[in-house]
Amino acid sequence: MALEFLYILAGIVSLLTSIYAFKDKELKTRFGTGLFWLLLAITFILGELIPAKLVGIIVLIMGILTATGQVKVGNFKETTSEFKEKKSKEFGNKIFIPVLSIAFFAFVIGQFTSLGGLVGLGIGAIVATISGLIITKAKTKEALYEGNRLLQQVGPFSILPQLLAALGALFNAAGVGEVIASGISKAIPADNIIFGSIAYCLGMAVFTMIMGNGFAAFTVITAGIGIPFVYNQGADPAIAGALALTAGYCGTLLTPMAANFNIVPAAVLEMEDKNKVIKTQAPIAILMLVIHIILMIVWAF
Amino acid sequence: MIKLIGILIIIIGFLLKLDTIAVVLTAGVITGIVGGLGFGEILETLGEAFITNRYMTIFFVTLPIIGLLEKYGLKERAASLISNLKAATTGKILSFYMVLRTIAAALSLRIGGHVEFIRPLIYPMAEGAAKNKYGELSEEETEDIKGLSASVENYANFYGQNVFIAAGGVLLIVGTLNELGVEVSEKDVSKAAIPIAIIGIILAVIQFRIFDRKLEKSKNKN
Repeated sequence: MALEFLYILAGIVSLLTSIYAFKDKELKTRFGTGLFWLLLAITFILGELIPAKLVGIIVLIMGILTATGQVKVGNFKETTSEFKEKKSKEFGNKIFIPVLSIAFFAFVIGQFTSLGGLVGLGIGAIVATISGLIITKAKTKEALYEGNRLLQQVGPFSILPQLLAALGALFNAAGVGEVIASGISKAIPADNIIFGSIAYCLGMAVFTMIMGNGFAAFTVITAGIGIPFVYNQGADPAIAGALALTAGYCGTLLTPMAANFNIVPAAVLEMEDKNKVIKTQAPIAILMLVIHIILMIVWAF
Repeated sequence: MIKLIGILIIIIGFLLKLDTIAVVLTAGVITGIVGGLGFGEILETLGEAFITNRYMTIFFVTLPIIGLLEKYGLKERAASLISNLKAATTGKILSFYMVLRTIAAALSLRIGGHVEFIRPLIYPMAEGAAKNKYGELSEEETEDIKGLSASVENYANFYGQNVFIAAGGVLLIVGTLNELGVEVSEKDVSKAAIPIAIIGIILAVIQFRIFDRKLEKSKNKN
């Protein structure tokens, strides 16, 4: 219930962006851009009330809009840096209160109630918005406008995590995981713990890169590779299990399929290169993967 | 083998820098077709997963307030706070956050997030420290700092989270293995996750130090 309410709020943020985009006379693609955010708003606000098939069609239409270049960033009134400097001196460290209250509520509600951290994040955002408006004495409309500015800057990438989760569901329904696990298991000798460890860790990383999700990889790769080549060879299950999952996370650091960790942050930080986060993480991820393999061989056996 | 065509489409799409959303949707629909699903079933799977995964996009609710605070000088304040710490460098700030965020993840404290923490606080501090020391930064240097600021959140989150005994990952490991007939307890799995959390911190700190050195070198040359 509480979560549905938050989805409605998120939908309203998208709806406002849609309205701002429709009204943006200087934006050539204002119709397509407005429609994109409107469709997204509908899926958020109505959610499970819409038949799943219809949502599928809505998502495909959104895909056509981005593929044909109809979704663009609009024009914004930029705030001058003089104004920002002046205000930051005026408010001092009070400006941090709203930001920290998001973290505080997400933590307290996630930890001490049964509502969960996501609801906490939402309540924190509401408290932060109210306290932020009081501290800055800004008009509510300003907050809505700035929210629209940020959302357009992040752009259509913001829905990529949801789309990739949907892709993972389709991969699962089509049985892609079994094909990969059986392919790898045919290629390695059954009684060699070195090959077994390499195949398990590498399989986790590669499959996570494809699915964008270490959890989905763990069940498939553990059943297909872990059990015959690692656990049945006498590995300590706690150690091998813990290592296998974080070996998968090394893959998460390397793939655009994990959009919420790698691609959306690049958009959020307004990076020129949308793969910059992955490139930065690559040396660490590869080194960590090698360490995982070595640890599995020497520590789990 | 034909079932892997979706993966091929994704790889080609990313390499050719085609529209990401269109590539993902195409890969999904075609994988569904070769996997023997009807078009109706594909639409249904797609729509259902899109709706159940809305939680991934819940950060929308934080955008108005983050945007407003930015307008009222949040980033400038974070940077000026750092300018009081003369010894601060980009690498030291990111290292400090790495340790703090890993411990938070290990205790399952929900602190962090690219929208909630990195953009408004950590990145401005990391950049502010470098500007404080060297004046203006080149575009490439700014981009590097952005990349590191985004990465630190992922490193700490991924390698630290399984130290918590009731983390989603720990429960998944125990659940999956037990179902496959391998006995293991949450306590042992979370203990086994500690070395990776520590190694993660060490490697991240080294990467941040290397950046500090590289920046110092290039700035001293000019």
